[in-house]
Amino acid sequence: MNTLEFSVLLFAVSGLAGFLGALTGLGGGVVLVPALTLFFGVDVKYAIGASLVSVIATSSGAAAAYVREGFSNIRVGMFLEIATSLGAIGGAYLAGVVTTSFIFIVFGIVLIYSAWLSFQRRHQEEHRSETPNRISKVLKLDGSYPAPDGSQISYCAEQPIWGFGVMGIAGVLSGLLGIGSGAVKVIGMDHVMSLPFKVSTTTSNFMIGVTAAASAGIYFSRGYIDPALATPVMLGVLGGSLIGARHLMDAKVKALRTVFALTIVALGVEMLYKGVMGGK
Amino acid sequence: MIGVLLRVGVLLAAFVVAVGAAIHLSAFATTAPDYAKFSLNRERGLTTIPGVIAGAIKLDGRSVMQFGLLLLIATPIARVMFSLIAFLHEKDWLYSFFTFIVLSALGFSLLAR
Repeated sequence: MNTLEFSVLLFAVSGLAGFLGALTGLGGGVVLVPALTLFFGVDVKYAIGASLVSVIATSSGAAAAYVREGFSNIRVGMFLEIATSLGAIGGAYLAGVVTTSFIFIVFGIVLIYSAWLSFQRRHQEEHRSETPNRISKVLKLDGSYPAPDGSQISYCAEQPIWGFGVMGIAGVLSGLLGIGSGAVKVIGMDHVMSLPFKVSTTTSNFMIGVTAAASAGIYFSRGYIDPALATPVMLGVLGGSLIGARHLMDAKVKALRTVFALTIVALGVEMLYKGVMGGK
Repeated sequence: MIGVLLRVGVLLAAFVVAVGAAIHLSAFATTAPDYAKFSLNRERGLTTIPGVIAGAIKLDGRSVMQFGLLLLIATPIARVMFSLIAFLHEKDWLYSFFTFIVLSALGFSLLAR
C-alpha cells in the first residue's frame, strides 16, 4: 500500500469514526485509536497524537455549529478545566513512561465502560434539589438555562470537590489515551455535581477541546504528532462528525447506536486481549 | 463572537493541512508509509514551533501540515485567552486567576521541552 492509498483509506475510516462518534456522543477518538492500531498497525503513540488533533477539531467544530451557547456554563467549565488540563498533562507524561500493554488494557476497560454507559442514556429531565452548596456559592458554580416554555430554570452545582476529582481522572485518561473523555466529563457534571443534562453536555464539549490541547502540546514536542498521519485523520473525523451532528434526530439512529455500542465492546475486548498478550 | 473564532480557527487549520497534504502527496504519493515503530527525534524540525514555521515557509509539505495542526491546537487556547479577557473585564478576579492557571498549563504543554 503506498502513501496515497493509505491516506485515502485513513480518511474514509476516520470519516466513519467521526460520523458514528457524533451520533452516539462518544466522540471519534474512542474508535479511532483502536482502528489505527488494530487494523492499520500504527504505533499506539502516533495513533493517540492523531486522535488528539481530531478531538480538538470536532470539539471546536461542534461548538461552532451550535453557537447559541445558552446552556454551557463558562465558570463551571473553567473551574473544572483546571483539573482536566493538569490531569491531561499528567496523562501525556504517563503515556511516555508506561508500556504499550498498559495503554491497551486501560483503553479496553474505558471502551467497554463507555459502551455500557451509552446503553444507559437517560431521557427524562429529572428533579434537581435546590440546596445550595457553600463552596459552589463561593465559586459561583450556579446559573440558569432557558426552559422550552421560555422561563429560566436555575441550578447550583453539588459536590464541587468530588466533581473536580472526577474531572482530574477524565483529564488523565484524555492525555493517556488520546480521547476526549466526554463520557467521564458528563458523569462528573451530571451524576456527581447534579448539573442539568443539557448544561453538562454543552459545557463538556467546551472542555474537551481545551483538555485535548493540553495533552496535544506534549505529544507535539515529543514528536508523537506525525502530520502525514494526523492530517487525513483530522480531516476525516471533522467531516464525518459534522455530517453526523446533522443526523442526530433521525429515527434510524437508535439502531445505529446499538450497533456502534456493540462495535465498541468488540474493540474493547480486542484491546484488552492485545494488552494482556503484550501489546503485539 | 466565540463561535466565529472557533469556526475560523478550525476552517483555517483544515485548509492549511489540506494544502500541506496536497504538496506532500504530489511528492511522496507512491512511497510506502511506515508508522509501525516510533523513533524519537526522527525529524527534529517538526517538534518545535520555530522549526515548523521555518519548514512551512519553504513550503515543505509535512511542515505545512504540521503548521495547520498547530493552528488547530491554538484554537482552544485562543478561546481560553478570550475568556480571561472577559473575566478581567468583569473584574472577576477569582475566575481571572482560574483561567490564568488553565492558560499557563496550555502554554507549558506546548512550550515545555
